[in-house]
Amino acid sequence: MSETIDPAAPSTPAENHRPQLVFGERWVYDPAPQSSDHVQLAERYGLFIDGEFVAPRSRRYFATSNPANEQHLAEVGQAGPADVDAAVSAARAAQQDVWGPMSPRDRSRYLFRLARLIQERSRELACVESLDGGKPIRESRDVDLPLAAAHVFYHAGWADKLQLAFPGSKTSPKGVVGQVIPWNFPLLMATWKLAPALACGNTVVLKPAETTPLTALLLGQIIEQAELPPGVVNILTGDGRTGAALVSHPGLDKVAFTGSTGVGKQIQRTLAGSGVDLTLELGGKAAHLVFEDAALDQAVEGVVKGIFFNQGHVCCAGSRLLVQESIHDVFVDKLLRRMERIRVGDPMDKNTDMGAINSGAQLARIQELVQCGVDEGAVMHQSSCTLPEKGFWFRPTVFTGVAMSHRIARDEVFGPVLSVLTFRTPEEAVEKANNTAYGLSAGIWTDKGARILWLAERMRAGVVWNNTFNRFDPASPFGGFKESGFGREGGRQGLEAYLRFHDDPFTQG
Amino acid sequence: MTRVDVRKTYKLFIGGKFPRSESGRTWEPDGAQGTNVALGSRKDLRDAVAAARGALGGWAGKTAYNRGQILYRLAEVLETRKASLAEELRGSSRLSAAAALKQVELGVDLLTFWAGVPDKLQQLLGSQNEVSGPFFNFSTVEPTGVVGAVAPDAPALVGCLALLAPLLAGGNTVVLLTSEDNPLPGLALGELLAVSDVPGGVVNLLAGRRAELSPQFASHRDVDGLLLAGEPDPALGAAASDSVKRVRNVELTPAAWRRLDTLCTLHWARPFVELKTLWHPKAP
Repeated sequence: MSETIDPAAPSTPAENHRPQLVFGERWVYDPAPQSSDHVQLAERYGLFIDGEFVAPRSRRYFATSNPANEQHLAEVGQAGPADVDAAVSAARAAQQDVWGPMSPRDRSRYLFRLARLIQERSRELACVESLDGGKPIRESRDVDLPLAAAHVFYHAGWADKLQLAFPGSKTSPKGVVGQVIPWNFPLLMATWKLAPALACGNTVVLKPAETTPLTALLLGQIIEQAELPPGVVNILTGDGRTGAALVSHPGLDKVAFTGSTGVGKQIQRTLAGSGVDLTLELGGKAAHLVFEDAALDQAVEGVVKGIFFNQGHVCCAGSRLLVQESIHDVFVDKLLRRMERIRVGDPMDKNTDMGAINSGAQLARIQELVQCGVDEGAVMHQSSCTLPEKGFWFRPTVFTGVAMSHRIARDEVFGPVLSVLTFRTPEEAVEKANNTAYGLSAGIWTDKGARILWLAERMRAGVVWNNTFNRFDPASPFGGFKESGFGREGGRQGLEAYLRFHDDPFTQG
Repeated sequence: MTRVDVRKTYKLFIGGKFPRSESGRTWEPDGAQGTNVALGSRKDLRDAVAAARGALGGWAGKTAYNRGQILYRLAEVLETRKASLAEELRGSSRLSAAAALKQVELGVDLLTFWAGVPDKLQQLLGSQNEVSGPFFNFSTVEPTGVVGAVAPDAPALVGCLALLAPLLAGGNTVVLLTSEDNPLPGLALGELLAVSDVPGGVVNLLAGRRAELSPQFASHRDVDGLLLAGEPDPALGAAASDSVKRVRNVELTPAAWRRLDTLCTLHWARPFVELKTLWHPKAP
């Protein structure tokens, strides 16, 4: 990667020829391992039903392992239909007898208690999140855990203020909610789902993802510690069959799902006409727009964060970079240099920027789509980093010369793979950005305030980050347009999904 | 000598024009025996969706104040023509003259309510969000897009207006299938829309068989939302899932269809607007 100044090449942008510091092997990072001595995992976890951990009625268990080294971590229960029945019954009884009739102030206090316990045990939870899911400890510690606790804290405060949130409407809880969550932010997604549901007086059956069940089970322990009444939260581990049994269970009043658009459509199909309410937070293929007047170094950081954060396992990842044609070469050059500096490796190392791919299956999907990008004629650039031998790994990857019709520009890769396209005018940027079935998020980098507002208004996406990217907050509603789903999570508007409005004449069809 | 009266041919309303069905078909609706009405086909529906898609940018792009003025203009036009519309409604719906007039007036009243909504939607449904960091963060609402609406059999006029007005207030464009039992008052709305500053294509009116056209609404990939009178139909919902459509059903008692309070709540608009949240850093 070392370059020298070549005075005989004045026609190319000077930026391309800025010399860079090359330290070679003289400035490497020493290992900075996060200790996980205090983490005590059980050999085997049951299902959390009606306030206690019980052996699955299915009598089946499956193993969960560390994707960074393929080491076995623990066994968890594979919940079958009888377990789903038991969990839904427990949730129904708890909703009718305890949680529904409880004073909102008491519900609020239970949630505050839960938020505090998550904060207290956050280091332990962060370690387990990284061990089970492969994400860097820096992200688990600094993003997932603080946000998870904040989400519960935020909604604890809503529990006794629902009449203020929707003045003029009489509301009541929906009842029993089935929630299915993905593996990319296991604990954070659990709290995104649980907190508003509980604050609004519902009880829950939660199904964490197959590859990342452990932090949800620890959350079950924390719920025991907080002494939430039995049955208010039930946690069923298992694979897709458990999820399918849960969402189609006739005892539910509402289903909330975060995951792939394909599965989301199946769930919408299953629930059609059933009278069960549904919210979906599905996939994305976010456009990340960079204009020539943007603060380019900041934009590079934003683009890197947008696609390589959490190994690109982010539904709102900025996976389509749309860069103004006039700065394409300069920007890509900066981006590739920055990519080369990303530290890929042990998720438990505090210096690691990018950890392991969550599973072998996900790695295979990324590899397939990347191969497709190569086959379709895009130019692939990859970091030269050394990858560990065991575990599931993929290099930070950028494709240039991508056309809108390429699969890597249309399909959600859900991995550290960025497609670079260009535009000339703001109108063309809008056209290309919106040319997708998805509509979850978008990013815009420009120094012109008026242009930001003009563009943001035209982005058909539920979240628009301007001169920043991948920011989350419990007060900030999150969710998609078009095939990225419907319903919002977070903010006052996020409560709507968990309340029945007595004057609402509509049912979901 | 009695005068030979002039009878009206009831046609569809698509893209601001009044075509017959491209299929060439006509029918005599149950509630309007003796009148041949253009029988809308799946091709008519596709044409109407294309017209609605074409009109969406212009309608959604108008200022909310302007959309409100146009809806109010529609109320004005309906008010001045209420006698003739009531007569049309009476003749085709077997209502008493008083009941027909009351229904038209209810239509005027609900249009007036929704005319005042567009420039308040952001303040009613949007928010500024206090995030924990140096960011300005706010949420706004935008139209879902092209919405297919299927009116109830009765009330023939208010059933159409109650679905239309909130969708239009939210900035959507609409393809509406009028009452199957009595499509005449719904189709007559086209004559009002055509002279009340509502741009062509913003509202498109079809008449035809629900069983034939509803599945087409549900499976059409360029329809973003579906508002259906009647009980939820699993087959329609399943077809709609293929493009993750927003689907709502509304089933009201005859008395509820006559109550302005029931027809004028934000619940009618909320499912067909999308919430968008913007972030921007604060820095010196």
